Amino acid sequence: MAAWRAGFQSLNSGATVNYDPVGSGGGRTQFLAGGVAFAGTDSALSADELTKAKTVCGADPVEFPVYISPIVVIFNLPGITKLQMAPATIAGIFDDKITKWNDPAIAADNPGVTLPDLAITTVHRSDDSGTTKNFTDYLAKAAPSAWTVGAVSTWAQKTGEGAQGTTGVVSTVQSGSGAIGYADASKAGSLGTVAIKVGSAYVPFSSDAAAKVADVSPRDTARASSDIVIKLDRTTTDVTAYPLVLVSYLVACPKYTDAQTALVHGFLKYVVSEAGQNAAASAAGSAPLSATLRGPQGSGTR
Amino acid sequence: MTSVEPSVLADDVTASRRTRSAGQLAGRAFAGLTTGAGALILAVLAAVALFLVVRGLPALTSSSADLSARIEWFKKGQTLLGYTGPLIFGTLLAGALALLIATPVAVGIALFISHYAPRRLAQGLGYVVDLLAAIPSVVFGLWGVLWLVPKLVPGFSWLHEALGGVPLFAGTPSPTGRTILAVGLVLAAMILPIITAVSREVFLQTPRLHEEAALAMGATRWEMIRMAVFPFGRSGVISAAMLGLGRALGETMAVLMILSPGFSYSLALLQASKHQTIAANIAAQFPDANPSGVSVLIATGLALFVITMAVNVTARWIVSRRKEFSGAN
Repeated sequence: MAAWRAGFQSLNSGATVNYDPVGSGGGRTQFLAGGVAFAGTDSALSADELTKAKTVCGADPVEFPVYISPIVVIFNLPGITKLQMAPATIAGIFDDKITKWNDPAIAADNPGVTLPDLAITTVHRSDDSGTTKNFTDYLAKAAPSAWTVGAVSTWAQKTGEGAQGTTGVVSTVQSGSGAIGYADASKAGSLGTVAIKVGSAYVPFSSDAAAKVADVSPRDTARASSDIVIKLDRTTTDVTAYPLVLVSYLVACPKYTDAQTALVHGFLKYVVSEAGQNAAASAAGSAPLSATLRGPQGSGTR
Repeated sequence: MTSVEPSVLADDVTASRRTRSAGQLAGRAFAGLTTGAGALILAVLAAVALFLVVRGLPALTSSSADLSARIEWFKKGQTLLGYTGPLIFGTLLAGALALLIATPVAVGIALFISHYAPRRLAQGLGYVVDLLAAIPSVVFGLWGVLWLVPKLVPGFSWLHEALGGVPLFAGTPSPTGRTILAVGLVLAAMILPIITAVSREVFLQTPRLHEEAALAMGATRWEMIRMAVFPFGRSGVISAAMLGLGRALGETMAVLMILSPGFSYSLALLQASKHQTIAANIAAQFPDANPSGVSVLIATGLALFVITMAVNVTARWIVSRRKEFSGAN
């Protein structure tokens, strides 16, 4: 967001964009109360929130994906930097059904890798988080029989260890031998990463593969035409797609009462433009939206 | 003898009367200012209490079914008390651990500075202790999470092997060390300076005559400290410890960064995900909480407010009770 603000302000002198990073829930609440002109959020508006947004805007709100970030499963095992896992294996580990690194389930995913006889310590976010929500949503959809807790944004199980924020998870995994966690790919650092099973292959994370999953996923057609929300296809079998991603949305009104309209729309257009997407990719390591996705949004904001 | 002209004398009296009335005005203004300052602190306290009650009221009056329906992290069938209980337990446990670890060390340092160290060293040490008190808690948190906690892991395993039979050290120790005991140690380091600084000042106030009398009766230095310094300083040390406890109970950042949270009444100090403190829980959940969630968090804040008040009142009571026996009067 900081990169977008800087980029937009350098292109439009005289314009100032204020962004208060209060968190997704806080942002949605403020937008629905009419306190802010637009909001960025890790999850699209719910049906309830949509109704409220309609009252605030006087029309269907504009909502579209602006930021796709791969989430990566990270681990700390001496001498091993890459592993492969099926969704059910990941679910088993995070549900404490698989407790040792040399468990047959992990070994079956990784032929030829010598796994140590070491206890697994799972690390999750202790705060309310969109990363947790997308991670558990992926497990619930890709491994429904192994992961029965559903998609939650606050970790619900008693198992494993909690850490504050992405950095907290990464540093905890770093400090504990045999630890495994999940984090935004850009923050994974030098830790070992897991390639997840998609269809018949194991796909390591990359920004191209993360952007690809947004392309192969259908739009949520129950929503208005200005309300572009992707129904992420977590179970895609396209072996070039990486379905464990977090999609952030920007929410705004189609019209404002004053001169703000042009300014807000200008900013939103900049964000989804190629320049805006590349600015985010270099600043935060997100996956730039593909041209196919960028297309309809340009018209959506008009 | 000097004789003074009557008129000069009269002038003098008027002048002094004028200064006295100006002095009285200044005095009254100053008295008003201090009274105002005193009233302000009460007003702030009342405002905070009122805020906590008013904003926490929706949570206090809602049914548990309502709360669990509106808040994702509020489990079904849980009451507000059931949610806050483990948090209160965790807060008290962390504070008690910090106090148990810090107080003996702090008293030792204070005694060394006041009675054992050569004057030069004592001054330098005192300065360093005051400096430690100025380090912000987020720095202690960073130090704890990046440096201290990983180094504690072997120590925790050793504790478990040696004393695993004791419930406190039972259960497989956490391989990352982010436990309530680690938090207790970091909090102890944080409250050490404040307890040391106050205790040192109290020990230095010991009447010289008491000390010399003890020494004259053939007491060794240690016996003198036991007979003269400790009885005199006891209430001061207790107030110092309570000041420290107050800081430990409300500490947020360091706990948030170090502790792996969990909700239970477990006494297992070496296991992660068993405890959480009120302050750290508020900081962790607030950014993404909806209005109902915020209300629940504020209600837990009210509990922390009450606990802190109770600690302070208890400390006052202990100090006032001990005063009669301290031998200082």
